[in-house]
Amino acid sequence: MKQDNLQETEELQETPCVQPAVRKNQMRLEFDSCSENEGFARVAVAAFMTQLNPTVEEVADVKTAVSEAVTNAIIHGYEGRVETISISCSICGRELSVTVSDRGVGIPDVKAAMEPLFTSRPELERSGMGFAFMEAFMDQVSVESFPGKGTCVQMKKKIGTVPWKE
Amino acid sequence: MSLIKMENGRMTVFVPAELDDHNAKEIREQIDELLDSQWVRTLIFDFKDTAFMDSSGIGMILGRYKKMDYSGGKVEAVHLNDRIRRMMVLSGLYQVVRMEKEREGGR
Repeated sequence: MKQDNLQETEELQETPCVQPAVRKNQMRLEFDSCSENEGFARVAVAAFMTQLNPTVEEVADVKTAVSEAVTNAIIHGYEGRVETISISCSICGRELSVTVSDRGVGIPDVKAAMEPLFTSRPELERSGMGFAFMEAFMDQVSVESFPGKGTCVQMKKKIGTVPWKE
Repeated sequence: MSLIKMENGRMTVFVPAELDDHNAKEIREQIDELLDSQWVRTLIFDFKDTAFMDSSGIGMILGRYKKMDYSGGKVEAVHLNDRIRRMMVLSGLYQVVRMEKEREGGR
């Protein structure tokens, strides 16, 4: 038992624990790839993660990462065409997993694309920091892409200092 | 629309609450129009009202820096929260954009 931790969270200890042994939940979203939806996507994911009792910082980290992934799908995946982006989120224990996928052009060289300052479209004044920010603000980022078929970005982050039963 | 204040060659841009790809384009156009028509020696980005920014904001600042640098002007950023500061550092933008000192005892 982590006695020290439990003492620090006295308040939470008083409420009876009705959580299942491993907390699980999931959601799925589909929306058009227009830039208006960037704000919607990050706010939706932020709302879903509130059940993990995140800190303000953690919410901001996830919002930034989601915004980067969705913006990439809109600008690079679909190159401005309006098609469908899907986000699936799942919670397992206190780990949040967010997957952003598109059926766009795909990334020919994922490793190069993930380098900081890499940008395939300098004329758009992108900073080339999208993947670098996802990696900086999430615990784990993995990218799967097939040219001509689409890209799938999966990001994971452990949320909250509350000792959920795991 | 973001608010812009012009004073003796100092142009202050009050960055809106959220700065992402969607609204960066509009702000960029607004700033560039003024930079092209007015005499601006220092461009200041004020983030006091900004709660959210992603890499699109970094791209927008970097582009304006290049423009200002070309004409020999300076770029500054004020009222940065920790997150925006961290983005400026991660992207290397801190090397060319003057940031105000960290507030004492600030978060």
